[in-house]
Amino acid sequence: MILGAHTQHHLDSLVTAWQRLRAQPLASAFSILVIGIALSLPTGLYLLISNLDRASSSLSEHTEMTVFLKPKIETAAALGLAEALRNEPGIRKLRFVSREDALLELQRSGLDDVLTSLSSNPLPHALVIEPTQVHPEQIRRLGQQLRQRPEVDTIASAEAWAHRLAALLDFGVGLTWMLGTVLALSLAAITGNTIRLQIYARRDEIEISRLIGATDRFIRRPFLYFGALQGLLGGLAALILSGLAILWLNQSVAELASTYGSSFRLAHLDAPISLLLLACGALLGLAGAWLSVAYTLRDFD
Amino acid sequence: MIELIDVTKRYPGGHVTLANVNLHIQLGEMVFITGRSGAGKSTLLKLIGSIEKPTSGHIKISDKDISRLPRTAVPYFRLNIGMIFQDHKLLYDRSVLDNVLLPLHLREIHGAEATRRARAALEKVGLADRERSRPITLSGGEQQRLCIARAIVGRPRLILADEPTANLDDDYAHEIMNILQALNEGGDTILIATHDQDLIARYGKRCLVLADGALS
Repeated sequence: MILGAHTQHHLDSLVTAWQRLRAQPLASAFSILVIGIALSLPTGLYLLISNLDRASSSLSEHTEMTVFLKPKIETAAALGLAEALRNEPGIRKLRFVSREDALLELQRSGLDDVLTSLSSNPLPHALVIEPTQVHPEQIRRLGQQLRQRPEVDTIASAEAWAHRLAALLDFGVGLTWMLGTVLALSLAAITGNTIRLQIYARRDEIEISRLIGATDRFIRRPFLYFGALQGLLGGLAALILSGLAILWLNQSVAELASTYGSSFRLAHLDAPISLLLLACGALLGLAGAWLSVAYTLRDFD
Repeated sequence: MIELIDVTKRYPGGHVTLANVNLHIQLGEMVFITGRSGAGKSTLLKLIGSIEKPTSGHIKISDKDISRLPRTAVPYFRLNIGMIFQDHKLLYDRSVLDNVLLPLHLREIHGAEATRRARAALEKVGLADRERSRPITLSGGEQQRLCIARAIVGRPRLILADEPTANLDDDYAHEIMNILQALNEGGDTILIATHDQDLIARYGKRCLVLADGALS
């Protein structure tokens, strides 16, 4: 196949960059590992959050909300409300627990002595609801809707828990972005420094090439490919490191999940996010290389 | 035609290497530039090759003023010139063939065409059988011939040679000069900076003498 001269030079630059990486295997491996570790930290945090999100959804499948009605609400009104809510969107199952049934349950739970000392049944009617939507935000919204009903007194549910989890996840997302930004800068700095050292090591070659007519673009290109390649391999290292971490942690997670009767396992990055990680690594490496080449080549003028 | 008009080169610190130099060289000429060490021979070639800029004055090549070329245009100008350096300036971590391929890659010539042209240039300087060698394994004369092959592979019409026979014994010097003379007979313009008076006398070409920064 005959390639255009421009494409051919890009190809040559890529091959040169690969050869330079291979020429110093130990130094290259360390740089790639450092980049991999730097990238694996936000990746790990992202995985933690996405798995927590998934776990919360999975746990919510078994989550019930207990809606306590006001004490003055009569049985007929409570049953009417139960009927009305049963067809509401967002509610998968609804079970009416009368104040009598609730008292019986309490008595069975060993509080018989305490309850017999009371003159009347202090418990209200309650509705035990299983939501169709399991995301914490949706649980919160359903709670809000139910609270607007005049019959409803309080809701004991996963709502507070969902609230806290949602806040925690939001915090986690913010932390991931912050860590990601800081570590992205460090990745660019690592690549930039490697490239700077390379440029100085190839000072003679650069000066000779310039003497015989090399443009800055010609000189810059292999270094840019080097930076992108190093970043890409760093991304790959991060992918492998986080994969190994998931594999290792899943043993403990399996044990913990089994105690809840769940088969939950930590999931690894899916294909689009994995590709995004690799692309981010390559782009950050390229950016670091670009800055480094631009500044360092100026010293040669 | 190469034309220097009132060219002065003053280095930082005030040292004047060339002072108001005026010069005309016809295309296809072979010209020696001589003078004592530090007379400004190399500086004159560097100015013509746009490796350095004159402090004042104009340098015209084929009526184009190259003394004020923007930085980004300089590499493209240099592609039209073949430069032979006294210290060879070879890439010692590359093969002989790779050294000759480099100017072709700069001209975006790659693949079989580039290899064919590089081999032809090596053939011309008698290094065809050394294409896989590293330059460090070549003798001084061979390294200079390799430098010539690199200079001519892009088929420039102007060749600037800075002391191309320095540190070479007579036989090697003669070989190098024969190659340069053959290129000149092929129509190339060749400027040779040398302090070797015997060499200049032997070839009987125009000789410009630099003394105290001025041409005589």
